[in-house]
Amino acid sequence: MQFAMTAAYHWLFVPLTLGLALVMAVMETIYVVRKDDFWKRAARFWMKIFAVNFAVGIATGIILEFEFGTNWSNYSWFVGDMFGAPLAIEGILAFFMEATFFAVMFFGWDRVSKRFHLASTWLTGIGATVSAYWILVANGWMQNPVGTTFNPDTVRSEMASAAAFWEVVTNPVAVSKFCHAVSSGWVTGGIFVVGVSAWYLLRGREKEFAVKSILIGGIVGLVGSVAVMLSGDSSGVHAAEFQPMKLAAAEGLEDGGRGAAFTIVPGIKIPKMLSILATHKVDGYVPGINDILKGYTDDDGNVVPSVAEKMSRGRAALDALAEYRAARGNDPSGAAAARARLEENVQYMGYGHLSKPEDVVPPVGVVFWAFRFMIGLGMLIALVLLLAAFFAWKDRLEGKKWLLWAAIICIPLVYICGQAGWVVAEVGRQPWTIQGLLPVNVAISSLSAGAVKTTFFVFLAVFALFLAIEIRIMIGAIRKGPEDIKD
Amino acid sequence: MTYEFLQSYWWVLVSLLGGLLVYLMFVQGANLHLGNRVLSENQKRLILNSTGRKWELTFTTLVTFGGAFFASFPLFYSTSFGGAYWVWVLLLITFVFQAVSYEFCHKKENLLGVQGFRIALMANGFLAPFLVGTAVGTFFTGSDFTVNKVAIADAASPVISTWGNGWHGLEALAQPHAVLLGCTLMFLTAMLGDLYVLNNVDDETVHARMRSSIRGLLIPFLIAFLAWTVMLLLKKGFAVDQAGVVSMEHFKYLHNLLQMPVVLVMLLAGVVLVLTGIIKGGWSPSRKGIWFAGAGTVLVVMAVFFLAGFNGTAYYPSCTDLQSSLTIANSSSSRFTLQVMFWVSLLIPFVVAYIAYAWHQMDRGKISSGEIEKTNDKY
Repeated sequence: MQFAMTAAYHWLFVPLTLGLALVMAVMETIYVVRKDDFWKRAARFWMKIFAVNFAVGIATGIILEFEFGTNWSNYSWFVGDMFGAPLAIEGILAFFMEATFFAVMFFGWDRVSKRFHLASTWLTGIGATVSAYWILVANGWMQNPVGTTFNPDTVRSEMASAAAFWEVVTNPVAVSKFCHAVSSGWVTGGIFVVGVSAWYLLRGREKEFAVKSILIGGIVGLVGSVAVMLSGDSSGVHAAEFQPMKLAAAEGLEDGGRGAAFTIVPGIKIPKMLSILATHKVDGYVPGINDILKGYTDDDGNVVPSVAEKMSRGRAALDALAEYRAARGNDPSGAAAARARLEENVQYMGYGHLSKPEDVVPPVGVVFWAFRFMIGLGMLIALVLLLAAFFAWKDRLEGKKWLLWAAIICIPLVYICGQAGWVVAEVGRQPWTIQGLLPVNVAISSLSAGAVKTTFFVFLAVFALFLAIEIRIMIGAIRKGPEDIKD
Repeated sequence: MTYEFLQSYWWVLVSLLGGLLVYLMFVQGANLHLGNRVLSENQKRLILNSTGRKWELTFTTLVTFGGAFFASFPLFYSTSFGGAYWVWVLLLITFVFQAVSYEFCHKKENLLGVQGFRIALMANGFLAPFLVGTAVGTFFTGSDFTVNKVAIADAASPVISTWGNGWHGLEALAQPHAVLLGCTLMFLTAMLGDLYVLNNVDDETVHARMRSSIRGLLIPFLIAFLAWTVMLLLKKGFAVDQAGVVSMEHFKYLHNLLQMPVVLVMLLAGVVLVLTGIIKGGWSPSRKGIWFAGAGTVLVVMAVFFLAGFNGTAYYPSCTDLQSSLTIANSSSSRFTLQVMFWVSLLIPFVVAYIAYAWHQMDRGKISSGEIEKTNDKY
């Protein structure tokens, strides 16, 4: 719960950071190219908002890094070897880039040249985006653990070759997650800018600033929306391939089959749509929750065993691991036999820790409705972005109060949408920390419930305080408006 | 490249990052002056804005130091972070508050007031070096944990690294030797902070205050550092033989120092440089002491890490079960991962170069009251 809360809270700030970084970089670029101070003032205004948001994002980011060790001791050993290279690259390539150029961007307007400042603004955003890629390589591996093998001598997953590393880096789940996360950040940044600017128009303030911001924000958000849809489509296909239970839960699909229907809301279905979305085939086979529990044969003719059988093979793997560890120093033939049994069953090792087959089913209601909120709100926001950008381009926004109010309402909605997406991705994969290999209850540290509860409530209080302050500061800055930002 | 070379290489890099982290904790040291009654409000604001332009680099170095430890020696990460829980959580909370304090401090909507966030920065300034120092101090005193990798196959108790007591790291505060290192680091970073402000801020009154602070801190620093060093050289250490068996050895760290002359030279050169920086700052008109003391700090911290991990030594020893002690060899990532990270690490000079360039561009003019009054871009 503590880690979930921290990750969800972190995800409140990251999308706006990614999106606003792009918006203000575009505005500053226009300023440098056209030498028009209007765009400098606009960029500086959004930068003020960015800075507040960035600080809280950093604060929550370090908590996540620490919690990998403090709360997930077994996990950090088990994945440490796989995490190593992506984390090293993230630290060296992205973290320092963000930190160094953020300082130049924020304080350097009068200290460095225009071009160096512009480069710094872009590099801050690029740093944040590169950082997102490498952490999602790690997250993608947890959802689809490719490129590694379990080493019983060290009791962890290890990469062994350049090809394996490449497989980890280009893991399709990581790539589509990255595209989905970053583009949803652009949507968040875009609608945030559009919504705040709409407020100015409703108050009859800052007309030029607001209309031009809506145009830039709208375009950034729209590009993001299209990319979100495309990457969401490939995420669906990957879920069907690598995490069918997540898809079944997101669809509330108890019994699957060929030509499966997509449920819009309970009672309203589109025939065959789920098969099309999940397999890109009209009659593609999509397993339901019961099929996964009982075992099934997929479209390619592969027989997927029942969960009960996976549990039995998982226990065999764990027993073989214990036998191998006991025999390896003194009984070479016994060790070799145990190792062979382990390798035969290792892909189901995590199942050996489950107590009953139903443990593999995530909370279906939560995932089902989160999925619907994500898609429904995402489409609504894309529509508002499209209309706002169109009317801003035509300079016909004034008088369209309904649209301006819709844009403002979309600001909280985009956060609900993003959090819903996080719930689908992370709650949907329960009970796994690493799909099939390490369930959550084995990834833990040896801590008392009291210790974890204490830190949970401490962090809850800290997060609530920071969120309240951030919202107050942002509202204060927005009320002040861009006119206060002068050379 | 052999596995042994790569393991040693990454221990050197982790040591270097540790050294840079302690050096960059001048941010924490300087922030201790935010409660200084001798300084005016404007002067405190100058200091806040001066460290405000560097804090992210310190923070990022901490994150990278943690990340490098996780990536290259994951068993340390899982054992120490999951075990010495309260020490790391406390450190974490001080840094979490630090991360937002600059941005929130002077905003009227901040709920806790200016003083609230200044207190948070000062708490971080005091606790961060103290806790890091005390945690590193346990590299030489040992901790109460066991490591059993096959536990993961045991459904009832699957955790590989388990801590032996409910204090979860706070028991280190009862270890005088570990606490002495915490105090040493606290005094050192306070002086580094003074030296940094002396260099970065243009204000004669502030300079005088910094010089007087350095003069006041030197004696406590020397007492803590010398006491820690003498105790270290006289104590039993955790030796590891070729087969990986850990045993106690009298004067182990003294032996390490004598058997690794390079480390001895690093330690002595580092101490001389730190003292040179301090003397330049406290007893001469020079404002360049930070460069000497900073370089010296990096050398001394690296030497301390080398003493802990090289020459057949367990760097994170277990008092409960000697054979659970962590060594560079038994706690590292695989050869392949260390090798990939080796190639990535070759980019470090490039990263250092652009940081230096950006700093140079930003620090061409020192920070003065005039600038802070004029600009909107301030904390």
